[in-house]
Amino acid sequence: MLTLYHFLLLSAIVFALGIAAVVSRKNAVGVLIGIELILNAANINFVAFSRFTEHPKLIAGLAQPAALEGQVFAIFVIILAACEAAIALAIIINLFNTFGSIEIDEAQTMRG
Amino acid sequence: MEGGLIAFWILAALIVASAGVAVFARSIVNAAYALFFSLFMTAGIYALLHADFLAVTQVVIYVGGILVLLLFGILLTNRSLEELITSSRRPYWVGSAIAGGIMAVLFGILVSTSWPEQSAQQLPATTAPLGVLLLQKYVVAFEFSSLTLLGALIGASYLVRRKERD
Repeated sequence: MLTLYHFLLLSAIVFALGIAAVVSRKNAVGVLIGIELILNAANINFVAFSRFTEHPKLIAGLAQPAALEGQVFAIFVIILAACEAAIALAIIINLFNTFGSIEIDEAQTMRG
Repeated sequence: MEGGLIAFWILAALIVASAGVAVFARSIVNAAYALFFSLFMTAGIYALLHADFLAVTQVVIYVGGILVLLLFGILLTNRSLEELITSSRRPYWVGSAIAGGIMAVLFGILVSTSWPEQSAQQLPATTAPLGVLLLQKYVVAFEFSSLTLLGALIGASYLVRRKERD
């Protein structure tokens, strides 16, 4: 049967792959892809923990067999991932306009 | 094996395989499409965890929003198709060694900790209780996150504006 271990295993693997992308990619968009993978792994963990730990209680009159706090946290992570992607792509486009490429090793000065 | 377990292993294999392509693909466009697939399958994992609202949110925001943005970013910042194909990277072994070390530590923690294991009861639909939680207990964080999103979007459009050259 499905246990918490399965989901933690999956998210550990995805997290490690994200770290590998952040470390080994030179392309700024590749680094951003790695960050998205890392955030996604964290989200899998949040949702899995919220599913597998039980706090029977009432939330505003609605009977709740399990805590939903983990899912709320996952929603905030998704919101912040959207913010981060928008800002990062704006910076990447600026980088391209300034240096003519998005290889992160070539951006070595504060002003182009 | 029960159905949920089979579905989990299929989804997990697809997620890990496409995340691997996203990390190691030579072409950055292929990497973005692999990430698309990986995030899409993650919505299936959320559905397995009875998080129906999150599964839909994942598809709408990640797959429909962030990835389209990512593809725009890629296509706007490539001088030629040639460069797009030959995006260089550092040697494999550095990243792989660091990622392998982190994975080993995580697996060690995973095996040595005893996690809570009760579950298995059916959850009702989560959308209504999530809405109640967001607008009552977490209303301050919710409003701040909307302000953050607004600020981030205005900041992004300010950053990419066409500069006036004198």
